[in-house]
Formats: sequence, C-alpha cells, structure tokens
Amino acid sequence: MKVIKIDKSEFNAGLEKLENAYRLFGPVKEQSYYAFKALDAGEKPDLEYTNTRLSAKSLLYPQSEVLFEYSLDKSDADYAILKEPEKDYSPRAVIGIRPCDADAFAVVRRNFETPEYQDTYWLKNYDATTLVGLACDNPVPTCFCTSAGSGPFNEANLDVLLVDTGDAYLARVLTEKGEKLADSAGWTKPADQSEEDVSKRRSEAESKIKSRVNTENLKDQALTSLYDADAAIWEKEAFSCINCGTCTYACPTCWCFDVQDENYGKSGVRIRNWDSCMYPLFSVHASGHNPRGQKLARIRQRFMHKLKYYVDKYDKGIQCTGCGRCVRMCPVNIDIRRVCNQMNSYDPESCSCAVTS
Amino acid sequence: MTTYSDKIKEISKRLLKEGKVDLVIGFRKGSVPLMNQPMFAKNEGDVDSFVWDSNCGINLANYVTDRSEKIGIVAKGCDSRNLVVHIIENKIKRDQLHIIGVPCKAMVDRHKIAAMMPGEIESIEENEADGTLTVTGSGFSETLNKAGVLQENCALCMHRNPVLYDELIAEEVTEQNPEEVDQYAAVREVENMAPEEKWAYFDSLFSECIRCYACRNACPLCYCPTCFVDESKPQWVGKSVDPADVRTFHFLRAYHCAGRCTDCGACVRSCPVGINVRALTKKLEKDCLENFDWKSGLTLDKRPPLDTFRPDDPEEFIK
Repeated sequence: MKVIKIDKSEFNAGLEKLENAYRLFGPVKEQSYYAFKALDAGEKPDLEYTNTRLSAKSLLYPQSEVLFEYSLDKSDADYAILKEPEKDYSPRAVIGIRPCDADAFAVVRRNFETPEYQDTYWLKNYDATTLVGLACDNPVPTCFCTSAGSGPFNEANLDVLLVDTGDAYLARVLTEKGEKLADSAGWTKPADQSEEDVSKRRSEAESKIKSRVNTENLKDQALTSLYDADAAIWEKEAFSCINCGTCTYACPTCWCFDVQDENYGKSGVRIRNWDSCMYPLFSVHASGHNPRGQKLARIRQRFMHKLKYYVDKYDKGIQCTGCGRCVRMCPVNIDIRRVCNQMNSYDPESCSCAVTS
Repeated sequence: MTTYSDKIKEISKRLLKEGKVDLVIGFRKGSVPLMNQPMFAKNEGDVDSFVWDSNCGINLANYVTDRSEKIGIVAKGCDSRNLVVHIIENKIKRDQLHIIGVPCKAMVDRHKIAAMMPGEIESIEENEADGTLTVTGSGFSETLNKAGVLQENCALCMHRNPVLYDELIAEEVTEQNPEEVDQYAAVREVENMAPEEKWAYFDSLFSECIRCYACRNACPLCYCPTCFVDESKPQWVGKSVDPADVRTFHFLRAYHCAGRCTDCGACVRSCPVGINVRALTKKLEKDCLENFDWKSGLTLDKRPPLDTFRPDDPEEFIK
C-alpha cells in the first residue's frame, strides 16, 4: 500500500485535475446540514463536515430511478418497446465519504451481487465509482461504528483513505482504482513515517466512540425465540413507532425498492423507488391480505432483518455500520442500539433482556 | 419539571393500582438530546420511566386511535384538543379515557436548536426557575432562553391548559393574551405573495421532502386505514420523488386536516428534514376561523364545520 502526502494547499489543484477524468461527488453544506451532491465544475467538497444528514446511499442508488421508457403511440417506431434511458456510467469519484458509509456499500453489495441476482443498475454505478474516504476524527455521540463492523478509520471498502494531519492529508492508497485516481490527481509525493501517526490518530478517534452495540450472541440466539419475543421486546419497541419510513430512508444499508409504472398520456416510464418495510403497503398481497398488517410485525421485520436474518444468512456481522442516522432522525426516538442490545441479551427462558438506554 | 414528572408518576401508579385503567400512555426520557419517546406503562414499575420536560412535542392522542382498553393518557393542551377531535370522530370513547392533564409550558424546537449550535449536542439541562436551557456539546456550552427557541406552534398557542381532562397535574398556567400574539403573520406573508413568488415558495418548501410520511404518521388526524397516497386502485398519486407528486401529497393531506387540525406541531417536529408542514395547515386553520368562526378540538358539543350540513346554510350553492 502506498501512502502519499498531499499538502492541503495542493489538494484543490488535484481535484481540478480529477475533473477531467471523473465526475466528482462530495459533501456540501446546504443551509444547516450537509448532503452529498454532484460537484459543479470548480466546486469543492467541504471536508470540514461531521457527516451528511442522509447517507451516501443515493449516489449509487437514487431514491427514484427510471429503468425503462416506453411509448404507447402506435404511430411511433418504438411503440410498446421497453427502452433503457441513457445513463452516465462514466468514471466518478466520491471525495470525502466516511468509512461507515463506504462500508455500507459492501453490505448492500452482498444483496445486490449474488450468484442468483445481479442488480445491474447498482453494480454499474458501483463499478464506475472510486471511493475516496475521509477518516473520522470527531465522531458524535450517536456513532457506534466500532461495534458494528466498521470504524472511524476503516479502510475495508475504500479505494483511498484520507487522514487529516492538519496542514496535509495522508492518502492511503488501497486499491488499483485508488492508484489510478491518485495518478490522475498528480498526488505522488510519498509520505514518510506515516504509520505511527495514523495509528495514533485512529486510536484517538476510536476512543471517542462511547456508544456501542453488543452483537456477539445474535447468531446463536434461536431465530424463532427472538421472533416470538413480543412481550419482552417487540410490544414495547413497536408502541411508539409511527411507521414512517425515516429510519429506512436514512439508513445507508436499507436496500428495498418498489417498482412502479407511470403513464403520461401516450408514453410512460418504469421506475423504481426506495420502499420501506415500515409501510403497511410494503407487504400487502394482491388478495388484500397483509402478512405484516400490524406495526409490531413491521418493526420486528426491520430489526430482525438487520440484526438476525442478515447475520444468519451472510455470517458477516449485522446489516448496519453504526452511522447512527436512524437514531438521530427517528421522530419518536426508537434506538437501534437499545433494540440490538435487547436482542443480543434476550433470554427466552425468563422472557427478559437487558434494557439499556 | 421534576414536579411534573413526579406528579405524572404518582397519578399513573394510583390509576393502575386502583384498576381504573389498563395502561397509561406518557413519555420516557429519550436516548438522544431533545427527544423523548412515547411509551405505555401497564404496571407500577414501568411508571418510573415517565418523564415530563420541554421535549414532549409528539402528540400522544395519536396513540389511542381505535384502542379498546381503558387508557390513562398524559395530555398537554394540544393533545387534549386532539382527544376531543378523536372523540367527536369516534376514534375513541370518552369513558375509555382517563386524561391526566398537563398545563403545558411549551415545547422547544429540536430542529432550530440543533441548527443554532456550532457542533453536535451532547446534553441539555433545563433550568425551569430562570427559563433557560444549557446546551452542551463537544467544545461548546451555551445557555439559551427557552422562550426564544420554542416550537413555532407553541409560541402561538392559546390553549396550553388542557381543554378536557379528568385531573390536572398542576395549577393551570396563564394563557397567552390573544391581543399580543399574531397568529397568522406567517400565513399573511404567503397570502400576499404574487403567484410566481408563491409557486417558488411552495417549490422550495417541499424540495427536501423524502416522502417518509413522518408528518402524516405523527398526526393524530391521519388515521385512514389506507391513505390516498397508498391507494393503488386507482392510484391517485405517483410514488417517486417527482415534485408534482410530493406536492400533491402535502396539499391533499393538509386539506384533509382542515377544521380538524389543532396546530399541535407534531408534523413539523417529526419531519426528519425539518419541513415546515404547518405552513399549509395554519392557513387552513385561518380559513376555518374566518369562514366558520371555528377552532377545532375545543368542545365535544359541536360538530366541525366540514362534517356537518345545515338546511339554513348561508351559502347558496350547498342548498
């Protein structure tokens, strides 16, 4: 692995060079919050941010995405033919993504790239993307990445990790994609004696994360006993839930979508939209029957999926990277850390679990 | 607010012990600053988690809809008004409820306070004696005047005391003087805009919407078994984030609340992206006041103007 030193005074010049080879995306301040957006020519990402309000999910997986267009006009040469709209899969780079959000892409990929199913839209975007991460020096109280399979300096799913050392970034070039990007930017100056410095900063950042989830027993818990833990867990957690989609839309690892056809006169589109297992409509059958007709069943689904079904199916930890957005944004303060710890400590014999705040 | 919290616990324990109610609905302290979580208590042990402070802005009337038990419910002014609306609309029976009335000292605006601070808020201390909040985070500690950071609907509220209750937890608070509070300044500002200005205003108002429906689902009025946006036969509204569909959802939902909305602010409070959904409902509240001399949720004895018909209606078209 190469480590390059980029003086901050030269960083923007590198980004300008990158504009020739990549479409750039990055965090930008909008009113009182940060959001990822496509950077205009000359626009710079604001790397002084903590994290964006919504995750980076939409960079690869827009909330609404047109899959096909069609014409219902018989005089049209393309009448009744489904045509994929032109999309831009040219190289793009995300500058300054946090490791938790980058790790979320690895989680989503497990579902979107399987032997049985490849989500071509997501994968094409993913393949076109180079992820330049920004190590997280100042995690906030809702961050729990270190116990959710990620970490403030986690490199697992990044192409480059930038470590802020004050007047320079140490760029840890982790993959071929990363090397290509560093070359395009003209970032070549090797950094000396960087390891010690980085590991000190990493330990400092990790020690600031006080909040955690306990996950060690999740795999061994009997699925059916967790599922049936209504009195101990689900009734209490479901009570306050208003069944909005905030947690699922804020979540970088929630991947569910709904497909809709929208007609406008004699033409139309097939479109996919983010969906949410919190909505009754999510699981309603054509017959009208809804297997998850009650909100208890829906909230149980969300947490069982993230913290049990996913754990059992992939054996790669939980379907969560600890970004804390659902904790911050839930209108009624349902806290996944609390739910996770209850599931982890649930004892079916006594029907009880440790409730932490 | 320790006295409020203690009194709520005391009453709840008594009600449960005497078997007057099957459960009590209230708030417990949230796991993050500026948030409390609605909860129910079925036994005296659970009751100890109840809390009352300036972060109880969620409307608890939303949690009694169509329930069959005997329910004790902690209710501030607006919650009690929505209980009135619920009773009128047959979503709960009066004799199922034991209303524990809370003379409300107004709730603080979580979006506003978060936006004012230079960094992430770690804790908030409320000092009731001098009406201040001390907000602390990494590298900062600021003391705010509570009156300056109220939810806008709370700053305008004329019914801080519950209008319907079985017992009050404290002496009534002094209501604001209607002469001194301009209810509709923000509405008039929009009314006075030129059409294109108005269009731009609504365009930007909803531009952040992610269609999570938190506003709808936090609203006690939105109890339809299937909301019009979720209907599929026929499908009235598209489901993407197309601005036309987003606006259709917000406008139609607001109209469904006309003459029923109590301006409790739960919609704005619950919006994860801080959209001022009240911009619509406040206008409809003003229209109902001007056209029908009507304020919702104040009495069980009158039906709301939009769900009644009178043969002597002054409007010609309706006869």
